[in-house]
Amino acid sequence: MAGVSGGNDFQWCFSQVKGAIDEDVAEDFGGYVASLELVVGSDRVPDVTVLRPSDIISTVEFNYSGELLATGDKGGRVVIFQHEQESKNRPQLRGEYNVYSTFQSHEPEFDYLKSLEIEEKINKIRWLPQQNSAHFLLSTNDKTIKLWKISERDKRAEGYNLKDEEGRLRDPFRISSLRVPVLMPMDLMVEASPRRIFANAHTYHINSISVNSDHETYLSADDLRINLWHLEITDRSFNIVDIKPANMEELTEVITAAECHPHQCNVFVYSSSKGTIRLCDMRAAALCDRHSKFFEEPEDPSSRSFFSEIISSISDVKFSHSGRYMMTRDYLSVKVWDLNMENRPVETYQVHEYLRSKLCSLYENDCIFDKFECCWNGSDSAIMTGSYNNFFRMFDRNTRRDITLEASRESSKPRATLKPRKVSTGGKRKKDEISVDSLDFNKKILHTAWHPKENVIAVAATNNLYIFQDKIN
Amino acid sequence: MSEHSGPHHTSKMAGADGDDSLYPIAVLIDELRNEDVQLRLNSIKKLSTIALALGVERTRTELLPFLTDTIYDEDEVLLALAEQLGNFTMLVGGPEYVHCLLPPLESLATVEETVVRDKAVESLRKISQEHSPVDLEVHFEPLVKRLASGDWFTSRTSACGLFSVCYPRVSSTVKAEIRQHFRTLCSDDTPMVRRAAASKLGEFAKVLELDYVKSDIISLFTALASDEQDSVRLLAVEACVSIATLLPQEDLETLVMPTLRQAAEDKSWRVRYMVADKFSELQKAVGPEITKNDLVPAFQNLLKDCEAEVRAAAANKVKEFCENLPEDSREQIIMTHILPCVKELVSDTNQHVKSALASVIMGLSTILGKDNTVEHLLPLFLAQLKDECPEVRLNIISNLDCVNEVIGIRQLSQSLLPAIVELAEDAKWRVRLAIIEYMPLLAGQLGVEFFDEKLNTLCMAWLIDHVYAIREAATCNLMKLVEKFGAEWAQNTIVPKVLGMANDPNYLHRMTTLFCINALSEACGQDITTKQMLPVVLKMSNDQVANVRFNVAKSLQKIGPVLDSNALQSEVKPVLEKLATDTDMDVKYFAQEAISGKLVFPPPAAETSLYVRFYRSGKPDDHAVFLSSSTVLSLA
Repeated sequence: MAGVSGGNDFQWCFSQVKGAIDEDVAEDFGGYVASLELVVGSDRVPDVTVLRPSDIISTVEFNYSGELLATGDKGGRVVIFQHEQESKNRPQLRGEYNVYSTFQSHEPEFDYLKSLEIEEKINKIRWLPQQNSAHFLLSTNDKTIKLWKISERDKRAEGYNLKDEEGRLRDPFRISSLRVPVLMPMDLMVEASPRRIFANAHTYHINSISVNSDHETYLSADDLRINLWHLEITDRSFNIVDIKPANMEELTEVITAAECHPHQCNVFVYSSSKGTIRLCDMRAAALCDRHSKFFEEPEDPSSRSFFSEIISSISDVKFSHSGRYMMTRDYLSVKVWDLNMENRPVETYQVHEYLRSKLCSLYENDCIFDKFECCWNGSDSAIMTGSYNNFFRMFDRNTRRDITLEASRESSKPRATLKPRKVSTGGKRKKDEISVDSLDFNKKILHTAWHPKENVIAVAATNNLYIFQDKIN
Repeated sequence: MSEHSGPHHTSKMAGADGDDSLYPIAVLIDELRNEDVQLRLNSIKKLSTIALALGVERTRTELLPFLTDTIYDEDEVLLALAEQLGNFTMLVGGPEYVHCLLPPLESLATVEETVVRDKAVESLRKISQEHSPVDLEVHFEPLVKRLASGDWFTSRTSACGLFSVCYPRVSSTVKAEIRQHFRTLCSDDTPMVRRAAASKLGEFAKVLELDYVKSDIISLFTALASDEQDSVRLLAVEACVSIATLLPQEDLETLVMPTLRQAAEDKSWRVRYMVADKFSELQKAVGPEITKNDLVPAFQNLLKDCEAEVRAAAANKVKEFCENLPEDSREQIIMTHILPCVKELVSDTNQHVKSALASVIMGLSTILGKDNTVEHLLPLFLAQLKDECPEVRLNIISNLDCVNEVIGIRQLSQSLLPAIVELAEDAKWRVRLAIIEYMPLLAGQLGVEFFDEKLNTLCMAWLIDHVYAIREAATCNLMKLVEKFGAEWAQNTIVPKVLGMANDPNYLHRMTTLFCINALSEACGQDITTKQMLPVVLKMSNDQVANVRFNVAKSLQKIGPVLDSNALQSEVKPVLEKLATDTDMDVKYFAQEAISGKLVFPPPAAETSLYVRFYRSGKPDDHAVFLSSSTVLSLA
């Protein structure tokens, strides 16, 4: 069975899974790092335990080279995985991702002025382009953005004047010579240190952060405003978009996502709950209240329903690596827009059209408000986005072929090929098909990431992170 | 420190076996790695003491290699280290060995923190001057090349700042290499590096031979000025100033002006803003002829720009631009080209633009003279005095002196007074605070009669404002007024009112009396202080509110030096002694403080721990030399 890779046929196979095993079985929960250890190949008998909400993965992001993969979770933690070089012990597997650094990025807080709890959940992680041997990333919860430095240390200073090797104090009055400390090699230590905290600029919940291609600024967006920050300045930011009406009763739409153009440092887009996208040029004016492009697809009056507005709300917007296109995700579809054509998307892909008949129950269980993200592959020839029942979808833009795959424990054997899944909508269900009515809506894949250069993908399924790669025979 | 003191000092220390004077140095060295960042910072700041004790040899072979790998530390420690190393030449053995400082500074020049990198570059520039021409080529120039071709942009940005210091002192082959490296960095992939190169372009041009400026620099300048990123283009505007200064007048038109014209009309407002912001410098650099033909229309456009930020930046430059116009055509250009734009800006929709203009517009009156000011500018001033935005009114009022010199303030005073009164009663206390600060200036301009008649009541009203900051500023204002108008004026107009507040039912107002006395006693002199103020202060020592009583103690301490010794002994001392037995502990404390007549300044927290440890070891004096003098004084 063919996979989707932008022209070349290949199959996706399982590589790794991180995190506790499902809701009812898990690795030893001694600590979070333990729970993130490679499960595959482990012969330990898992303990029975319950899913901890704080372990639910809330964002996944590769860095620019793909060497590092970061996840954030509801517990405010950031875990970074590093791509290991190919190991001799398991020649069949190409390099695996192993835990490189784990740190608590955000803590729960309480805003005493507004009497509001501030969740520690990591909403977004964005890597900075690498500037020296250390790595930098921005992580944000609802209110506060932090810049983290992840660096390695492999030397330690040794030799004190006032104490000997065992740490015993020397007589201070019998020091006859001075010792200068000497640096000795030691085991590699990875440190994560907070470098800057960008706080107090957002009244509403931050939904996006995006680093600008000028390498010195980034933007952060909440429901009603977008701010522009300088990466080195924490005490002020510039408000570039403000859609808050003078009277909140007149509020008709909110900002759902925002992103900087990958090459043009003056261009950014933001999407709205009305299904529209605005492109702004920061060269034109200091305040970008007036957009320079407005992308909107005219609504088909025949398919209008009570849910039209809700399902047209855009949950994610991503520029292609080339900067020519952008992709938006709404509840039922993914659309690719050419930046030069504002009146309709150039491509539309149905993600799970079979849910159209079930919108009523999806509205009742709040699933209709789920915010699915989407991502491009390295060459912009394929796109990926999530669905329910731990399914995720890929679309090949050249061949228009699509595929549904499942992130599940059953197929999590090393190099096991992922079988395409099918959902049956009609009355008669073929073999290997699953009926719409038996889909599990609690298992949703909201966050996925595609390696910037290779066919390696990371898929967050609740508290598990699956890594798949193309199969090399 | 002198060249011979180093080795001499070292031999003495190292010579004595078990010399306990090594102990403080040992502490400093160990604290280079203390967990407490403040102690590490302390040690780094005393790195010269450590180096001195180690001697030049061990500094070179042991201390510097250790420091080279210390780049994991906190920014503030690295910043201090980068700074220290710039002054280290003598401590490593003089200019002959100065190149030993390059490795640690090189690693500091690659860290991600801009302030640290900049400081490392600054120190590298400093020590480059101490390299002999040979060492510069053997050690320094290779370092610049390494940085310029480094993998990470942090090192390449640092390289940009080093070309200009080594270029003038190397052979022509190396010069050619340096020019090549600079060219490469100007077209680097990362905008960070192109920005660094653009910001150093002018500086580099200055050290280049004129032919190379024309051939190399101009093409780089043109390329950077049309970079795809506006953050790079806007830095080219700055370089434009230095390049234009270097070129002969006849080359400016062909080599610089096309780029400058393009920048003034750039699509990006940030670039146009930069042009507006640098307008005076550009004007000086291109000379009067080009100014008349090109810059005047460009300036008009900037004043009418669609982006308010640009208009505000241009409005800020109106006075300077007009001042620097060639004298023969100045008035004509202002009247026909600039003034019409200025008139429009007075009613701009954006208040930042209006207030930027208001802060400079008064300066035009000196340039245009009395008649033009009365006819053309005065209506504008009057309009701005009535502007809805308080900042605009404040800016006009704060620059009254310029107008006063030309037409006299009387022309304005009719409009001035309502404007001042309105600001004085503004609902925002920061606005009230701002106008108070201009009161002494206004009083000086308007004269004592006008002041007494119109403004005195305002000044007294501020004393009972409900915001403390206003009351405080009001007392300070009174002091400045007394300095201006003299003690006699104070005795007749201010002092009675101030002293009258001592009987106010509100204790905050009674305290204001004391604060005023504190501020006024010196300016009023001994006579008024002793005869009029002192009795009131002494009487208030029986106040029922403790806060008033302890402020009496503080006031007595404050006005003590102004009083004659007789009054001190016979009147002040008994009152203080009585307060020293007060039931309230604060009153007691401040009374005792006043009696003993000294204040306690706690020692800086950071140095205490180090000192206290020495102190407990029983030999504070030996180590006192390593502490800052202030600490030693307060604790010894």
